[in-house]
Amino acid sequence: MSGMDGCRAPAGALAFTAVCPLGDVPRLGARVIERPLEKGGNVAVFRTADDRVFALADRCPHKGGPLSQGIVHGDRVACPLHNWNVRLDTGTAVEPDQGCTTRYPARVANGLIEVALEGAIRVAPDGPIGIATDGAIGVSAIRVAPDGA
Amino acid sequence: MVGNGMAGVRTVEELLKLAPDAYDITVFGAEPHPNYNRILLSPVLSGEQTIDEIILNDRDWYAVHGITLHLGNEVVKIDRAQRKVIASDGTVECYDRLLLATGSSPVILPIPGKDLPGVITYRDIADTDAMIEAATRYRNAVVIGGGLLGLEAANGLRSRGMEVTVVHLMPWLMERQLDRTAAGLLQASLEAKGLEFRLEAKTERLVAGESGRVAAVHLAGGHALPAELVVMAVGIRPNVKLAQDAGLHCDRGIVVNDTLQSFDPRIYAIGECVSHRGSTYGLVAPLFEMAKVCANHLAQMGIGRYAGSQTSTKLKVTGVDLFSAGDFAGGADCEEIVLSDPSSGVYKKLVLKGDRLVGSVLYGDTVDGAWYFKLLREGRSVGAIRDRLMFGESNLGDTGHQGQVRAMLLPEDAEICGCNGVCKGRIVAAIKERGLFTLEEVRKHTKASSSCGSCTGLVEQILMATAGGDYSASPKQKPVCGCTDRTHHEVRSAIREEKLLSIPAAMAFLEWRTPNGCATCRPALNYYLLSTWPKEAKDDPQSRFINERAHANIQKDGTFSVVPRMWGGETNAAELRRIADVVDKYAIPTVKVTGGQRIDLLGVKKQDLPAVWRDLGMPSGHAYAKALRTVKTCVGSEWCRFGTQDSTQMGKDLERALWRMYAPHKVKLAVSGCPRNCAESGIKDVGVIGVESGWEIYVAGNGGIKTEVAQFLVKVKTAPEVLEHAGAFLQLYREEGWYLERTVHFVARVGLDYVRKKVLDDIAERKALWERLQFALDGEPDPWHEPERASIDGRQFVPLAAGSTARPDHAGMAQSIV
Repeated sequence: MSGMDGCRAPAGALAFTAVCPLGDVPRLGARVIERPLEKGGNVAVFRTADDRVFALADRCPHKGGPLSQGIVHGDRVACPLHNWNVRLDTGTAVEPDQGCTTRYPARVANGLIEVALEGAIRVAPDGPIGIATDGAIGVSAIRVAPDGA
Repeated sequence: MVGNGMAGVRTVEELLKLAPDAYDITVFGAEPHPNYNRILLSPVLSGEQTIDEIILNDRDWYAVHGITLHLGNEVVKIDRAQRKVIASDGTVECYDRLLLATGSSPVILPIPGKDLPGVITYRDIADTDAMIEAATRYRNAVVIGGGLLGLEAANGLRSRGMEVTVVHLMPWLMERQLDRTAAGLLQASLEAKGLEFRLEAKTERLVAGESGRVAAVHLAGGHALPAELVVMAVGIRPNVKLAQDAGLHCDRGIVVNDTLQSFDPRIYAIGECVSHRGSTYGLVAPLFEMAKVCANHLAQMGIGRYAGSQTSTKLKVTGVDLFSAGDFAGGADCEEIVLSDPSSGVYKKLVLKGDRLVGSVLYGDTVDGAWYFKLLREGRSVGAIRDRLMFGESNLGDTGHQGQVRAMLLPEDAEICGCNGVCKGRIVAAIKERGLFTLEEVRKHTKASSSCGSCTGLVEQILMATAGGDYSASPKQKPVCGCTDRTHHEVRSAIREEKLLSIPAAMAFLEWRTPNGCATCRPALNYYLLSTWPKEAKDDPQSRFINERAHANIQKDGTFSVVPRMWGGETNAAELRRIADVVDKYAIPTVKVTGGQRIDLLGVKKQDLPAVWRDLGMPSGHAYAKALRTVKTCVGSEWCRFGTQDSTQMGKDLERALWRMYAPHKVKLAVSGCPRNCAESGIKDVGVIGVESGWEIYVAGNGGIKTEVAQFLVKVKTAPEVLEHAGAFLQLYREEGWYLERTVHFVARVGLDYVRKKVLDDIAERKALWERLQFALDGEPDPWHEPERASIDGRQFVPLAAGSTARPDHAGMAQSIV
């Protein structure tokens, strides 16, 4: 029900902000949370066919395309500019493309989508562990363990 | 798996993709090396590449995938009763499924001296090493056999400094791939590199010198050639002994069915060792096709069949461009089209049977090889393009790479793909480093030729020259995308015949592999449903590309452009004032006049779109959609002193009749009032040209990537006839075109004769098509002004505010759709 798979940080450490009712994001669609660039820029909130929700920085790792405008399929989104596929759960580009965008823990609670907007996580393209560098605020960036670790 | 070569390992790779955990895999390989690219032994021999560069799967790859690897260990026996194999060192492994990929062996001529030291074949790394080593110590080499392999060996030895003579039994070189003329050109260019040839020469015996090593080759008729190295390259023979000893049915190869199973269904065979429908294959592309089918069957998906391959050949000798495919020799019922330009070293021959291309030999200029091969494989009628066929696919207006047609002559830093800025060096590096074999793989990894596709011929040349010749035997019909094996045609037919009305229903019926498709198939399915079942199938906005979801064109910075419709390219002061006011009010940064006689407002923020549309008060121009775009017109007889017809009015009538028409791809029309053709009707999907006595209708032109001149369809007298004919043609395209196929490609695929039959000859059919189009368009909403009826999700225009759970105002748009 959440996009937290692989994230080992205790949920209590993160401040989740309610964003909108689940029903306000179409299935296989997305909405945008607007934020000024200096606060990390826009965040795209995605909803899969089976009602899982994910949040990514609204910037494709390729040329910064707005991922929120892409076609959502499975747990991926295809960037509308050049059709890179980005994984919603990790923010990483699907092979053979390489790159990674910032992701934010997201969940559904009491029918509301909640996003930890200060919890930017960035998985470095060449390694599973990394600290948010793009759009994250230093103090709240957290370390994540590799999937399944 | 028995055999660690390209075919077998490719099968394992395909299997791991489909069902990574289905089997514990054990691989036996007789050679001491992991899987390498056998095709590239020639460049290794000639010193252009090293052994390390041609390794495809290193030992780590086997380890990472949990594959047990026995190298330098030949399987000597299969015990079918107990389902185990026994290797030469006594290793025993049991199997549930056994895959034989034993490949083939070179034929050794049964002549005296065949076993002397210094007499070798040309097949594997050991042979290649032996040749490289001999080249450092000896002077004279004889290659027996003037086929593909023999010539590559000879060329490699020559470039390592040996004096090489090629002895060939037949009257000309590569007689299975070339006609006499092309072979003559080839021979001349190889002679210029210093090779010598003895044609129609039979080797009688090999004679040893004092050291016991071979020293001379004696030919029938008494000639003798000095030779300290003799390479036999007279053919290959499938390795069937292991299978035969196990009692499996073999003829030339191990006999397999269309799922690559031998007569023991637990035992599969693949690659050069098999005999499928009476054919054996020695080229890599068919083997990879087999691998795909075989893996599919091993993964118990059971939806692949191998139906045989046609093959093409490319010689890998630096500086020689040579391509051959199909039945190049022709016969009594065949005709030949020949272009011969000896001083520039170009020779091309196309062989036609009826109106089909059945064979081709290209020498010197091979850029169109892949195109000819495609025509040949698809068995498509080429009657309509016969007069242009010889000049190739790129004879008209390809853009983006300076008209270059010979990729191998280009420097490493030459830009090949103008869309994505990919240079030759990067493509070569990707092919070598990542072991790419197909155009699709190169597109994925480098993006070259993945956008407009005009450089496809060049990329294919680079692929051929870098990875070896046989990239091109892709399946006849490509699946829609990776989510399915179904073709566009199969999908369209199923939707029509089964009356499928939704994407989930279509995916379920057609056994889609992914739960909700991908960005390639969903828009295609959505279009097929809507165009096949208008008023019944329900539009799915989430399966449309953003432009058709937001009804505006996304730009590189995430803003949008807005193009209001101007009927026939005509506007007035009131519209222009409103446009100016909108530009001011919403601070729109750029206003641009388009090529389609309209005005483009660029840099509109997404949240402003609904208000911009409302304030403009003009219909959607659908400039963002796979739909009718513009109808370009000249001023026509109303003003022009040359005009013969009122082209502006005709254009407006066409546009009003056809707007809101979605299609497989964008559709552009033009109407000119006289043959001066100021509206450029010759490069439009439907181009109409007024003449004194009526209207000429041209179809399937294109002014984009590749300039294509529209073809004449019919001449009619009246405006209503223009509407009916143009509409019927477009409806045929809407019903039978594949998604993202422009009219030019649609007509090339089905043939103009077919279009004539449907739209001209069969009057009832024409009227029915025109009626179906009118039915489909009747009452369709203007998405800018009737968003609810057009199923637009209005929420997309409203940003979310973090921290607020109140439902935001939807700016007057519909709240629909979950």
